[in-house]
Order: sequence, then C-alpha cells, then structure tokens
Amino acid sequence: MERNVSMTDDGAGRRVALAQIAPALGDVPRNLALHLEQIEAARRQHADLIVFPELSLTGYFVRDMVPDLALSPDGPEVRQLIDAAGPMAIVVGLIEESPRHRFYNVALWAEGGRVVHVHRKVYLPTYGLFDEQRYFAAGERFVAFETARFGRVGILLCEDFWHLSAAAVMQAEEIDLLICPSDSPVRGVEGPNVRISETYEQLSKAFSQLLGATVIVVNRVGFEDGLCFWGGSIAVGPDGRTIAQAPMLDPSLTLAAFDSLELRRQRLITPLGRDERLLVTIEEFNRIRRKRYE
Amino acid sequence: MFRNPNMNTAALADQYLKINPELVTEILSRFIQAEIRRAKFERAVVGLSGGLDSSVVTFLCARALGPENVLAVTLPYKTSSESTRRDSQAVVECSGVRTIDLPITDQVDAYFARAGEASQLRLANKCARERMTVLYDQSAAFGALVVGTSNKSELLLGYGTQYGDMASAINPIGDLYKTQLRPLAQHLGVPATILAKQPTGDLWVGQTDEGELGFSYADADRLMVLLVDRRWRRAELVKAGFAPELIDRIATLIRRNHYKRRMPVIAKLSLRTMDRDFRYARDWGT
Repeated sequence: MERNVSMTDDGAGRRVALAQIAPALGDVPRNLALHLEQIEAARRQHADLIVFPELSLTGYFVRDMVPDLALSPDGPEVRQLIDAAGPMAIVVGLIEESPRHRFYNVALWAEGGRVVHVHRKVYLPTYGLFDEQRYFAAGERFVAFETARFGRVGILLCEDFWHLSAAAVMQAEEIDLLICPSDSPVRGVEGPNVRISETYEQLSKAFSQLLGATVIVVNRVGFEDGLCFWGGSIAVGPDGRTIAQAPMLDPSLTLAAFDSLELRRQRLITPLGRDERLLVTIEEFNRIRRKRYE
Repeated sequence: MFRNPNMNTAALADQYLKINPELVTEILSRFIQAEIRRAKFERAVVGLSGGLDSSVVTFLCARALGPENVLAVTLPYKTSSESTRRDSQAVVECSGVRTIDLPITDQVDAYFARAGEASQLRLANKCARERMTVLYDQSAAFGALVVGTSNKSELLLGYGTQYGDMASAINPIGDLYKTQLRPLAQHLGVPATILAKQPTGDLWVGQTDEGELGFSYADADRLMVLLVDRRWRRAELVKAGFAPELIDRIATLIRRNHYKRRMPVIAKLSLRTMDRDFRYARDWGT
C-alpha cells in the first residue's frame, strides 16, 4: 500500500507533547477541562501531536463507575477536544460503550477534525493489583492506521505493550510511530528509580530499535487509593536513543522534537523491517496452532 | 531461639527489603499531600509515641504539609516511661510540628475503676482505643485527617489493636516493613536515640515488641518478604534454612489476624453488598 505522506519522506521535524497529567477519578468534566488546558498549552508550543495517558478522561480505578463514565468516540466530549486541537493530532484515553453495551478501555487518535482510529485494549491485566477483566471487554485487534504527519501509527495500551506478539504485529504493520498511553503504578522502590519505570524504558528502547520506529510512552501521575502513578513519560527515536523524558511523579507537558529523517537513516543502517519474513512467521504460528488446538 | 536462614537467602531477602529512602520519601510526601487534599483538608494529626513509626510519620507529614499543618498529639498513660516523653519532645523540636499533650490516664482508670480489674491485654487495647478517640476528636478540632502509623510487619502479624492504633484515615508507612523504616528514619533526620531504641508498646517497664512476639523483626521481615511478597512456599523456606517453628508461627499470626485488616463481615442478601459487589475505589468522589 502506498502512502500519501509519511514521516520518512518530507524531512520536516515533528513536535510531540507528552501530556503527563493526573486525571481526577471519575470526574469527566474536570478531566475534560484539564485536557483543554493541556491542548491549549501544546498548541502554543506548536506541537503536531499531543498524547494523553490511558483512561485520561476518567481516571484508572473506575471499577463499578465504568457504565456511568462511558462515552462515545463520536460524542460531544471527544468532539470538544478535536475542535480545540485544531490542526494538532490528539491521542486520548476513555471508556467506550459499544452499541451492544460492552465497555472497552480505549485510546483514540483524532486529527483533521475526525476520529481516525480507536484502539480497544486487548490485554486487560487481571492479576496482582489489577482487575480490568472484571469491568472491561477485551479488544480483539491490533491495527495500524495512516496519519497526516506521522506516517503509519500503532497504539498499544499499557499492558498491550508488555506482549511481544502485539509488538510483532505492529512490526508486520510496518509502523513508523508506536504510542503507548499508560497508567502504571509504582512497584519496587529499591533503586534510583521506580523499578517498573526501568522496564518501561527498556521496552521502549528495545521496541524502537526492533521496529525501526519512534516510540512514545505517556504514563500518568497522581494517586488513587494509595497507588502512585509514576509518570516518567518517554519518547525514544528509532535508533533507541531517548529524545525526551518527563519527570518522575510530577505532572508535566514535555515536548519531544523528532527529526523525521532519522527513520530513513535508521532503516538504512539496520533494515530489520525489510528483512522480516512474514510468511515464515505465519507458517510457524500455524504449526504451533495445529499442535496446540487441533 | 530460632535458626537463621542460610547466608544466601538472608542476603536475597535483604535485597528485597532494600529501599531507596530518598525515592520513598518523595513518593510518600506526595501520597500524604494528595490523599489529604483530595479530602479537602490541608492538615494532619499524628499520635506521637516517640517510637520509630510515629516519628517517621511525623517527619513525613511535616515535609509534605509544612510543620505548621501537623499536630503531634502525645497521649501518655501513667506507666509510660520518661524516655517516651523525651523522645517525643525531640521529634517535635527537630520537625517543628505543633504539639499537644493529652494524657489518657484519667479516663482509662475511671473506666476500669467501674468495670473491674482487667488483664494486661485489655488494658493495652483500652489505651490504644482511648488514644484513637482522642486523635479523631483532635482531628476535628484541628481540621485535619488522622494519619496512621502501623507498619507492614505489625499489620501482617496483627500486632496492633483493631480500631485502636490500627485506625486512621490514611497510612503512609503501611507497606514498609519495620526494618525498612530505619533507613527511611535516618534519611528524614529522626533523632539517633529513637533509631537506637528497641521497638516497644511502652505498656510496662522493659516491655519490647520482640520480647512479646518471641522473634526479632529482622528475622520476621526476612521471612515475610519471601513468604508474602515473593510467594515462597513453606518447603522452599525450610530448605533455605528458616526454622519450621518460625515459619508456622508467623504464617499462623498472619492468617489468624487477617480479620483485623478487613471491614466487618456483612451478611449478603441483596444484589449489591458493600465491599463485595458494590465496588468503588475508596477515593471515589474525592
């Protein structure tokens, strides 16, 4: 499939605003106001894209509030954000209620006055402190989409990012930019940084190099029921180098400026995507499927 | 009394128990700020005994909210030792918090004069609950929330009084084992005399937690971090050199005292019952 515009061919820089906010639990109007503030600030700084964390319009521990907080991607709240963003693209997290009354944890990409893609979180963590499968239906697709100024983009929501298979699908989708909105709480405080933050950084650096793509993780901050969301949002270039990192623990709007030509250079240096053997992968997965399920 | 685990296991457990006091302080200060402010308060009340736990919490609150927004309440009973008073005083001076001394002897003694003589355990529980009612009243007077001082070791072992010292609105140190509080206290500038002293409920002369429990916090914390946090099985702990009696003793304490860590059991009759299928975050609506 040929693209009209891609990060790889126009040579211009790209500015991404990492909106590391502390959403209010269960208060959509308050969070909407917070989003509008951040969008305004990002526009003043000439951002091309603003990325909010997971469930940025609702907060994380929504539990039995889920049906009360659900929105439609075509509803007035998202519309208000799209209008405020103007020419800037946005990634926002919310609860989607489907026409069949299933509730999904989603992140959507909107630009040019419309919603371009809605990603429903596939991997809903239900272990340890997490209980998402109790409240949410699981998404069933990892699909990339074309954008006006960022080439081909994929979204993985928080736990999705921990599944190698999801990243492998994104590689097969030949994405240029991988976005991971996240609500990750603190676990492990023995080192210089929160232990879990180091894993996110490692995954970001590994995936950026393996996929030859830019990776942006935006993690929220603030507290819910004693859980501390650690922030530390990060933007990593396709060469695995950190372009920008937001502070730990505190809210911030961090600008990451990309050299869009770096994608091309990196793919010349290490053409992993070119060398991928999709049919080999599919065959091997089919062999395993036959063995396991037939 | 008990055999220690082998050196490798002890070192591993100590690794799991290691904290970065600076990072923990940053997180806990923000926790206190966030949880108090979301309830529309700016201030904290702490029951200060001059021990390690309440001293750490007092310092953390002072740091998070400003010392002028923290009220340390000392609540001595007639048998409380002089060192308790001295150490509490030192914490107040070093941290700069406000303080008030409200002895509980009169009301506790008045009660037992009427109710009849009681065991040491009943007296200890009565004192703890008396202190709780005073703290909650002082929190109303001061326009503050009561900040708890139970650590993870005590909460797991059930070494505390339900609705007494275990009662609070928020607890910044409830996920830190006793041995993890020492480096944190050091970092916060808790006076050295407090760091050096034996943990005690200060109920009678020479009482210590470890004397009463029959094992040291150092041993118990190593065992619990493996058993509780790292999910080691009994056989694995025995193989690593922990005494079976210690494992069983601690596992039993944890299990038997679980009720103290939960709300009262509600008889379910309807479709949605509090804390079973009426599930909201505690921070719901704040």
